Amino acid sequence: MFSSNSPGVIYVIRLLHLPQLSWRFIPVWHRNYLVWKKLAIPAILGNLADPMLYMLGLGYGLGSLLPDVGGMPYLTFLAAGTVAYSTMNAATFEVLYSSFSRMHVQRTWDAIMNAPLTLDDVMLGELTWAVTKSLLSGLAILAVIWGLGLFGNFWMTLWIIPVVAMVGFCFGGMGLVMNAVSPSYDFFLYYFSLVITPMVLLCGVFFPVTQLPEVVQHVSAWLPLTHAIDLVRPLVTGTVPDAIGLHVAALLIYGSLGYVIALTLTRRRLLK
Amino acid sequence: MLKVRGLTKKYGDTEVLRGLDLTVRRGECFGLLGPNGAGKTTTLRLLLGLIEPDSGSIELAGFSVPKHAREARMKVGVVPQMDNLDPDFSVRENLFAYGRYFGMEKSAIAARVPHLLEFAGLANKADAKITQLSGGMKRRLTLARALVHDPDILFLDEPTTGLDPQARHLIWQGLRQLIADGKTIVLTTHFMDEAERLTDRLAILDHGCLVAEGAPRALIESHIEPVVVEVFGEGLADWTRNHAASLCQRFETVGETLFCYSNNADTVIDALKHAPTLRYLHRPSSLEDVFLKLTGRDLRD
Repeated sequence: MFSSNSPGVIYVIRLLHLPQLSWRFIPVWHRNYLVWKKLAIPAILGNLADPMLYMLGLGYGLGSLLPDVGGMPYLTFLAAGTVAYSTMNAATFEVLYSSFSRMHVQRTWDAIMNAPLTLDDVMLGELTWAVTKSLLSGLAILAVIWGLGLFGNFWMTLWIIPVVAMVGFCFGGMGLVMNAVSPSYDFFLYYFSLVITPMVLLCGVFFPVTQLPEVVQHVSAWLPLTHAIDLVRPLVTGTVPDAIGLHVAALLIYGSLGYVIALTLTRRRLLK
Repeated sequence: MLKVRGLTKKYGDTEVLRGLDLTVRRGECFGLLGPNGAGKTTTLRLLLGLIEPDSGSIELAGFSVPKHAREARMKVGVVPQMDNLDPDFSVRENLFAYGRYFGMEKSAIAARVPHLLEFAGLANKADAKITQLSGGMKRRLTLARALVHDPDILFLDEPTTGLDPQARHLIWQGLRQLIADGKTIVLTTHFMDEAERLTDRLAILDHGCLVAEGAPRALIESHIEPVVVEVFGEGLADWTRNHAASLCQRFETVGETLFCYSNNADTVIDALKHAPTLRYLHRPSSLEDVFLKLTGRDLRD
């Protein structure tokens, strides 16, 4: 066992500057909320049109050709995947493009840090805002699921709401790492090509993971989107997910590690 | 109000600050001057607790920094070198958003906003977008934003760089008003006339330490002869070789100009009457002469 003053632990703590959380992150969240509110309607429509079109187009179009997938109609299968997928995208886009604008282009973070806020507060504000955007996105897809009656048990689907928040936290934290190391907007394309798109294809959004070669399934088991979908899909069909603890832990660990690493890297970037 | 002792900061092998001592008293306007790379901006960042010193102590507004930087920053308003107003908000919304970062209630901010807009001369631009403002207006708004929480002390990093003369005078007017209101001001600047006009005391920083400190007039009196004759024109090199040393206390050639520093300019000017190809400018010596004497004339990039 490590004692708290063993050299290894101290080294890791120094390296990964543990965040000092305070309530002062709230004005940062509030700032982003006020800006979003100005353009809320087009923002919502813009963010939702894409996942909705995929879900309904593929769900009805492709679904009509298919037998049950994963023990349910394809539209239901796809709807559950889309909840996780659009939630992931909402958080990712927010902490990549929007946070990067505020940090690097507009220097809004610099201005805020001249007030009694620290980088820890600013990034927690960004992260909680990304969670909020995820919630909005997830709720919208959930509304379609309710509207089309694609669920097994209505009360069970309410559990999707906290899951969506955790998915937003997970991908918000991970995305902040990219934000910390990116020299420009173009760099984010790598993240989409190398991380986000493979996850969409490997984690069971469009088809069950069990259709993949076994080796790939092992990889898939480590990816956060898999854990998100393993929670959401049973909740849509009205069954209790397996291994809830594992999935929740995976989402929270990916998100927290991302936040802490991002904080360390951003500190190096801005405050040197 | 501000007490700095033995401050050092290294970036890699570069020593940016090498034992800086500073004292700024309440109600004083203090100037921090120095060539590019002298450590001015690093000093301001250290004072705010944004970066940590390698050694030394800082006491700002009664709080030890960086340990109690949050508490100290509650008492400080900052006007940064680069405008970082929030482009997603209007003029008025910028003030509201900034007040909230200090934990102020909406009503408390609302009570201050009309006065701040008036102070910035932006009362009729309250709902304008930031992109619609001129450079001078942006800087005035940044100054007003720094006052939203009614701080005791203001840090201004090159507040008039990039502004036209009219806009500079407006900023100066605002700063003099703040000084009259009893605010303490710490400003960095490249403009010697700005420092001479505004500051009660100033320090010249070079290579990470202070090379001089005092009231502008006192610095001029103690570091340099009272008058300067700048000589330029054809045949300057010969004239300098034959006459300069005997005519003034100290001389210096920079590019195509000879600077003769003297207690009495008459001898130089009389001698110049016999050199019709040369032209000259006779003026009292200024802070700029002190600055160049102490920090050298090499270009710093």
